[in-house]
Amino acid sequence: MQSLEEHPPRTDVPRAEVPHPEVSLAAIAALHLRIGCLSFGGGMTGLIYHEVVTKRGWLREAEFLSGLTICQILPGGNVVNLAIYVGQRLRGLPGAAVAFAALLGGPFFIIIGFMLVYERLAGLPFVAAGLNGVTAAAMGLMLMMTVRGAQLSRHASSLAVIAATMIAVGVLHFPLIAVVCVAVPVSIALAARRRARHG
Amino acid sequence: MADNPYVALALAFAPLSLVAFGGGVSVLPAVQHQAVDLHGWVDAPQFVEFFAISRTAPGPGLMLTTLIGWQVAGWAGALVAMLAIFVPSSLVCLVVMRTLSRHEGKAWHAVVQEGLAPVGTGLVGAGVLSLFRIADAGPASWLVAAATGSLMLARPRIPPMLLLLAAGALFAGWSLASPT
Repeated sequence: MQSLEEHPPRTDVPRAEVPHPEVSLAAIAALHLRIGCLSFGGGMTGLIYHEVVTKRGWLREAEFLSGLTICQILPGGNVVNLAIYVGQRLRGLPGAAVAFAALLGGPFFIIIGFMLVYERLAGLPFVAAGLNGVTAAAMGLMLMMTVRGAQLSRHASSLAVIAATMIAVGVLHFPLIAVVCVAVPVSIALAARRRARHG
Repeated sequence: MADNPYVALALAFAPLSLVAFGGGVSVLPAVQHQAVDLHGWVDAPQFVEFFAISRTAPGPGLMLTTLIGWQVAGWAGALVAMLAIFVPSSLVCLVVMRTLSRHEGKAWHAVVQEGLAPVGTGLVGAGVLSLFRIADAGPASWLVAAATGSLMLARPRIPPMLLLLAAGALFAGWSLASPT
């Protein structure tokens, strides 16, 4: 039987040396259920980052960010792929299955409920306004995550990769796949060079 | 076999799952083509309405297919349609992630991880920019986003769910208070 309480991040050992803490399937399910029910209008990556990395210490920052990149390259919704990634990292196949089911379970019932009351809801402007507010705060979480990612990189070359990717996709609207196909090999080559230099 | 509505739903959406690069938006026209033109499950105005509902409901954008499945065959149809659009891509993701983690600890794995992280960060930053465009965000949204971001950086222990709900309540209240 899995214990139901969440495991606090360990503080007795430096972060980098901590293997993944033992996380219960129930804790994975509970978190993904909440994320699923709150993921309005996209952009929930910041929330997931906070919950998984900052608050619970389930994954390390670089681990999360590199996984996120792969999740965005692969087909499928980012949040769904991210749930698969987090679940798989923590508890293998059962973890991934639980995260997937919990993430989609809530929205499944909610969207059908929304459809049934749509006519009444759509006439209420404050509902739309409220959802815009949630989206704005979610974007704030993504801003926080971008700043954290930039702080984490610490090298001019990786900061350049961050800026170039952001401008190419967010400002110039180059296709994401094309940008990733260029940025990933370049970034990996830069990382390899940094390692070779500094040992 | 193709007369079976569940099989038809699965066959219509599962292939789209595998080509949904860059998230749901990329295959939305294909979903529409399948549901409206090929199968006649919903008509065009109904599809637009489903799209609007899916934008206001939580969950990934492609949850829209759930509504089409519901239209075709009730609860079971909704479930089949949802699984068809999400399971194939998730299996691909799972296989890729499992393969990568098998090589953990090797030198190249660390290099790849270090190289992938800044690209991920850049994509998140780009996501903020494009969300602002599609969410018809005004100065109030920028303000709330900046405030939320700085607050979370300064005080990581604040529960972000609280901020999300507070921002929603703030906007809803503002809309109720200002008759436009």
